[in-house]
Amino acid sequence: MTMPAPRPSASMAYQPEGGGANLADILERVLDKGVVIAGDIKINLLDIELLTIKLRLVVASVERAKEMGIDWWESDPSLSSRARSGELARENAELQRRIAELEERAELEERRG
Amino acid sequence: MNSTTDLRYVYAVTRPFDGLPPEGARGISGQPPRLVRHGDLVAVVDAVPAADFEEGPLKARLEDLDWLAGTARAHDAVVAALATVTCPVPLRLATVCRDDSGVRRLLEEGGERFERALDRLDGRMEWGVKVYAEEPAPPAEPASPRPSAGAGQARGSGRDYLRRRMEARRSREADWGRADALSRRLHAELSAQAEAAALHRPQDAKLSGVAGVNVLNAAYLVDRTRGQEFADLVHGYAEEGVQVRLTGPWVPYSFAGIGAEDEPPAGAATEPGDGTQTAVRP
Repeated sequence: MTMPAPRPSASMAYQPEGGGANLADILERVLDKGVVIAGDIKINLLDIELLTIKLRLVVASVERAKEMGIDWWESDPSLSSRARSGELARENAELQRRIAELEERAELEERRG
Repeated sequence: MNSTTDLRYVYAVTRPFDGLPPEGARGISGQPPRLVRHGDLVAVVDAVPAADFEEGPLKARLEDLDWLAGTARAHDAVVAALATVTCPVPLRLATVCRDDSGVRRLLEEGGERFERALDRLDGRMEWGVKVYAEEPAPPAEPASPRPSAGAGQARGSGRDYLRRRMEARRSREADWGRADALSRRLHAELSAQAEAAALHRPQDAKLSGVAGVNVLNAAYLVDRTRGQEFADLVHGYAEEGVQVRLTGPWVPYSFAGIGAEDEPPAGAATEPGDGTQTAVRP
């Protein structure tokens, strides 16, 4: 079964409005995706993990994102730790506000007493 | 090139299709790829030198980023050209057989998996969507305190400095927050529009060459007829300090191996926890 071409030529396929695919886009697909099937040459991509490449590919940005509390590619997007930390920050602010309120009240009582 | 030392590099598997691989689909060898048919499947292959693709040299080559980039681009060029005439199931980079009979064996053994993947991917393409939090420009700071500055002024510029630092930090955090919130809305809406979605790890600017911090790196499987609609949807998302980038249409690499049927056979190495996930709507 053949499908009609979505674009006039293959080279057009990677000239989208957004400015095109970068090397990381291509590597993460060609290297990490696609059907894994045993050929005759046993190059076990899963074993060697392409260490240097993988490191260059991901580590810096992953660590950086995690520092910012964004790690949701590792779990459900709706369970981002950032959302949780945002929630914590709000709770924190609310608690501080209430403490200030109580302190103020205690000060007033003290003056009256 | 001595043909006796050539190996067979397999780019993709398709159903038999009319005509030849389209013009411009020059592969790793620089030659148009060849088709090897077995039953109801076709492997799209290239003759590659054993000096590069035999087990030992290949391991070393894969660590060479320039060689890897060139090979990956050639692999993708062939697969993308195929997508203009048929539905290719892309194989992972460096799937290599000794000769044509090895290629036929590969088709024979993988037959059912390829059939299922072809059914799943036929008529669909992949779109990549990335969201970046833009890096704010560093605050303008005097290179050094003015020598004539008095004590009061010095204290003032210290305060100014701290204030600028605080503002820069707040602005950065606000950008992150906006990028994160936008990513969630975008991913939820695009997932609902797509047939499947996959989250990839954020990319490192050193390799991608894109300024800003990558917050969302996702792929969506979309019917070919709905590509423009999908792209328009993505373009509708914009916010200050946040960049949304669309790539595609891609051959559906990110969805070629999904599903329980594509788990490696028992005893084989298991898929590493590479931090990506795929989800398919039933």
